[in-house]
Amino acid sequence: MRIGIDVGGTNTDAVLVAGRQDEDVRVLAAVKTPTTTDVTAGVVTAIDELLRDAPEGFEPGQITAVMIGTTHFTNAVVQARDLTPTAVIRLGLPATAALPPLTGWPERLRVAVGDRAYLCHGGYEYDGTELSTLDADELRRTAADLAAAGVRSVAVSSVFAPVNGTMELEAAEILRAEVPELRVSCSHELGRIGLLERENATVLNAALIELAGRLADALTDALAEAGITAPLLLSQNDGTLMDVEYCRRFPAATFASGPTNSMRGAGFLSGVADCAVIDVGGTTTDIGMLVGGFPREAPAITDIAGIRTNWRMPDVLSLGIGGGSLVRDFSNGERTTVGPDSVGFELTSKALVFGGDTLTLTDVAVAAGQSRVGTMTALVRRFDADRARAVLGEVSERIADAVDRMRTSPEPLPVVLVGGGSVVLPDEIPGLPDVRRPEHSDVANAIGAAIAKVGGELDRVVQVADGARETVLAEARAEAVARAESAGARPGTVEIVEIDEVPLAYLPGGATRIRVKAVGDLDLDRVQTREPVGVPGA
Amino acid sequence: MREIVLDDIDDIARGAGILGSGGGGDPYLGKLLAEVAITRHGPITVVAVDEVPPDAVVVPVATLGAPTVSQEKLPNGTEALAALRALEHETGLTATHLVPIEIGGMNSLIPLALAAETGLPIVDGDAMGRAFPEAQMVLPTLAGIPTSPMAIADDKGNTLVLHAASSLWAERIARAVCVATGCSVFTADTLMTGAQLSDGLVADTITLAQRLGAAVRTARAEHRDPAAAVADMVDGVRLATGKVVDVQRATTGGFARGTATITGTDSELRLSFQNEYLLAERDGEVVATTPDLICALETDTGEPVTTESMRYGNRVTVLGIPGDPRWTTPAGLELVGPRYFGYDSDYRPLAP
Repeated sequence: MRIGIDVGGTNTDAVLVAGRQDEDVRVLAAVKTPTTTDVTAGVVTAIDELLRDAPEGFEPGQITAVMIGTTHFTNAVVQARDLTPTAVIRLGLPATAALPPLTGWPERLRVAVGDRAYLCHGGYEYDGTELSTLDADELRRTAADLAAAGVRSVAVSSVFAPVNGTMELEAAEILRAEVPELRVSCSHELGRIGLLERENATVLNAALIELAGRLADALTDALAEAGITAPLLLSQNDGTLMDVEYCRRFPAATFASGPTNSMRGAGFLSGVADCAVIDVGGTTTDIGMLVGGFPREAPAITDIAGIRTNWRMPDVLSLGIGGGSLVRDFSNGERTTVGPDSVGFELTSKALVFGGDTLTLTDVAVAAGQSRVGTMTALVRRFDADRARAVLGEVSERIADAVDRMRTSPEPLPVVLVGGGSVVLPDEIPGLPDVRRPEHSDVANAIGAAIAKVGGELDRVVQVADGARETVLAEARAEAVARAESAGARPGTVEIVEIDEVPLAYLPGGATRIRVKAVGDLDLDRVQTREPVGVPGA
Repeated sequence: MREIVLDDIDDIARGAGILGSGGGGDPYLGKLLAEVAITRHGPITVVAVDEVPPDAVVVPVATLGAPTVSQEKLPNGTEALAALRALEHETGLTATHLVPIEIGGMNSLIPLALAAETGLPIVDGDAMGRAFPEAQMVLPTLAGIPTSPMAIADDKGNTLVLHAASSLWAERIARAVCVATGCSVFTADTLMTGAQLSDGLVADTITLAQRLGAAVRTARAEHRDPAAAVADMVDGVRLATGKVVDVQRATTGGFARGTATITGTDSELRLSFQNEYLLAERDGEVVATTPDLICALETDTGEPVTTESMRYGNRVTVLGIPGDPRWTTPAGLELVGPRYFGYDSDYRPLAP
């Protein structure tokens, strides 16, 4: 049995599921509790309630793994709080000096992470040959400088580290030999080709490393208090898992795991691997496409609090419509507006159906007879049901338009409705003939966390000689599979979910960037033996 | 004469991305380099082609290499100046003006960064009016102005001055040097006098890039169609709005070639690309070819989509934009027409 938990901005959702493989996973209990500022208290409450709801005869000792998805680290960056002063050391001289580390950062965050950057020798060319030799003395001098400044955490990036991570590891070793307590984050473990973007991600990781330690401790203690001895795993941005011990080292890998979990959960609950997912929350509706059970990725660079990173996030279209959206000028058909502002997590105190004084979309859904949450107070009954249905109809149309913008084929497309706010939507949505609302859809995100897989990825530039393409691709596939297995996937369950092959423009001779991603089921036997799970060296 | 200040760079970069016709590399790096240079050295003076004295020494500076490599191995920052100084040393001339060799993509911004650093004015124009992949594919070739002497500088401190037998040889040798030194070099070549500029340049293209970038930004802010704003400004023809349903890429004979299929409401557009988009067919009929510009924009944002970032699922609007008329002469088409790139099609003018 597994517990899946999703800590969102508004709610902390938790599910208890039985079954070892995807095919026989069943939901035994599901709860929804308010998120707390320290994350842990909300998680403790959710687990307590979950264990109370669990079937007769259930013992916490039967739990084999706990999976948590959290926005805590993203929020810390957005709010620039709890960040550790960090230095960044780039191995790339004589190249790269034109654009030193932290170029393009918003001033506030640059200051929050310590604004301390060093350019050193090292790095590789695109074909893996040395750009320049690592200079140990230069690194020792840098280490002395870090020690004098009291820097506790450092990001190390090297040119073409995704092709070869050796120099970053050697540099980390030299730095730690000089300053033993220094925490080192290496870029080859955190991102893809694109130096500034990968380096940015590594700096964010280094700045979150102490917070990660504190959160990992608190969550581990919380589980122990609840009598759960099972290993704890965290969701990463691509919907795969890492062990809590890896989370202490790679907290930034958890960014934006929420939409991925929600979409994967929707696919699982509905049993449809290819569909549009409409996730209605308290403030926004996120619309994404599931292809082969995994979210379609966004094409562009991902911006986190104004910082460019090159993580591929799910391609999600967000509308300012949610269960808590404010509804204005309800009676005046021409002027009625829904959102984008929302009562958010205060829905259960501010909405009319919960005794508050604010007209929200949830109230309109109750007035329309569409939803039955809260209490049908006299105040709510005053709103005309036909008008309420018309408002919901307009909201449905906006959502249907957005689904249409996301789809890539005119073929009929199943649409899966999930999220706590999805009760505001009618079952019939114009233009979407096949709408499904699976059981437990309000906790799809927690289910997505519970069924998350383990992945391995590689990204490099290779020379593809004429006629050698198949061999090169086969090697890349095999390596991605091996990486997934070494990260904790059960051998035999690993499949390639994405393969991207782009010949480099303006370069003759078949140099091709190849990116392969493989995922497999979490090997629960291995988790039981406490072998670490995660995706180092992606 | 006018000035380019820090706040102008964002618009120029966006516009240059559009005029890249899918190539020229993501201008983001060039934008950062230009912004850093302006912040450090102050604004850039821009002069119109007809303001340049006939005896002026005008030097195009550019990068040559693979954009994907440049994203990872960033420049040292001294390469462009090293190439310029090597060319000056070789010719005994002193540059009075800089100019972009191509307005499309990253190379529109490289001379801006060097102009800020050296204080030299920049000429408002470029030698292509778009992006093309090879050094000889510039209007100066049609005007009998050679690429050589060509100065090349890399990130390690190597410089080379090349006297090639022809502009085509300059391209071949420079490309080989580029690969040997790690696929990212800077060049100064195709030196022109002020008197040669009217033949060698498409005029006012830096200003055009800036206006296009501003038009997209404004349209987005006002929730208008950004692609329509672009089309209005450059006599563009909307070839398709739809979703990318298929992208095929292959390397044959050492050249990367690909196609992208875009399904719109009532038709299907097939784009053939190499480094840039070169040919567009609607339901099997050729509707646009090089040297006219074929530009793919994200439908929602108006941001340009390069051939390397073209992906299944992208929602794009494809525009055809007339290229400079000198490219559609017989000599121009021989240099950059569809047949040069291996497509079995004649040039086909855009139908309005």
